[in-house]
Amino acid sequence: MSDVKTEAVTVSVINQLPDASIQGQSPLFHADLATIAKSGPKTGGVTLKEEALLGHLTLRMNPENADQLKAAEKVLGVALPTQPLTSASKGDVVVRWISPDEWLITVPGLKAFEVETAFQKEMKGHFQVVNVSGGQTIVKLSGKYAQYVIKKSSPIDIHPSEFPVGKVVTSVFAKSSAIIRRSGENEFELVIRRSFSDYLWLWLQDASREYGLVIEA
Amino acid sequence: MFLIYCPHCGEYREEEEFQNRGQAHIARPLDPDSCTDEEWGNYMFFRKNPKGLHHELWVHAAGCRKFFNVTRNTATYEIKEVYKIGEQPKVVA
Ligand SMILES: [Zn+2]
Repeated sequence: MSDVKTEAVTVSVINQLPDASIQGQSPLFHADLATIAKSGPKTGGVTLKEEALLGHLTLRMNPENADQLKAAEKVLGVALPTQPLTSASKGDVVVRWISPDEWLITVPGLKAFEVETAFQKEMKGHFQVVNVSGGQTIVKLSGKYAQYVIKKSSPIDIHPSEFPVGKVVTSVFAKSSAIIRRSGENEFELVIRRSFSDYLWLWLQDASREYGLVIEA
Repeated sequence: MFLIYCPHCGEYREEEEFQNRGQAHIARPLDPDSCTDEEWGNYMFFRKNPKGLHHELWVHAAGCRKFFNVTRNTATYEIKEVYKIGEQPKVVA
């Protein structure tokens, strides 16, 4: 085994956004939620809205490294949540605790490259930022009955005493998985994988049918 | 519901989120080249299979994806303790 040396590492960051000649398509593009929103029901117990085409960045770093924590706060404008299962947000930036050394950051799609570049500039040492925007999307469920749809789909305890606003867990969800965050008293945000998005879209329609599903564009 | 405590998430979660990865505290020989076939074979293939207390490696596969150790009674399924990698069990047979 060789000695581990800390050397300056050059990381090239590629802007993954195509130019205007290529249309950006979210994982739920084919569902055409905009058309359903126009023609579908306007009132119901559950409202579903896709937060499409956000910039998703995964950050891996040492939560005990004060310099890295400071750098992350400088880039994001908000301190990393180091308490397990919590999230932090400021403006259009949301940071979710995923694991003791991993966070999922979402920013507006057009800002992802800028934030990624800023991490490479500000942060030193052993860390990793990866743009995973193409691999997942966010679905927001809100309304009085949104919690029942979550209860049908996942074994997590979402009673407000156990699952307050801001809490985030990664769990199984309808035989797939999701990063579930309570973004409001009656509002849940699911980060879902691209390859499971159609299945979950069908599942969510079915699971919320009895409460009345409203699609928001 | 069978709940398991994840020491990284700091809460009990449903068993469905976890996977058992077998016997814990198996140290890889520091110098595999100097092992006899028997030593290497024991490291690679031979595992305890107790009825009763067993120290196991578990992973919070659908959650934080971190590994940790569990002391479990294989006859009753009762979990006696959960402890992080690098720590030693307090409950021993
Ligand atoms: Zn965990």
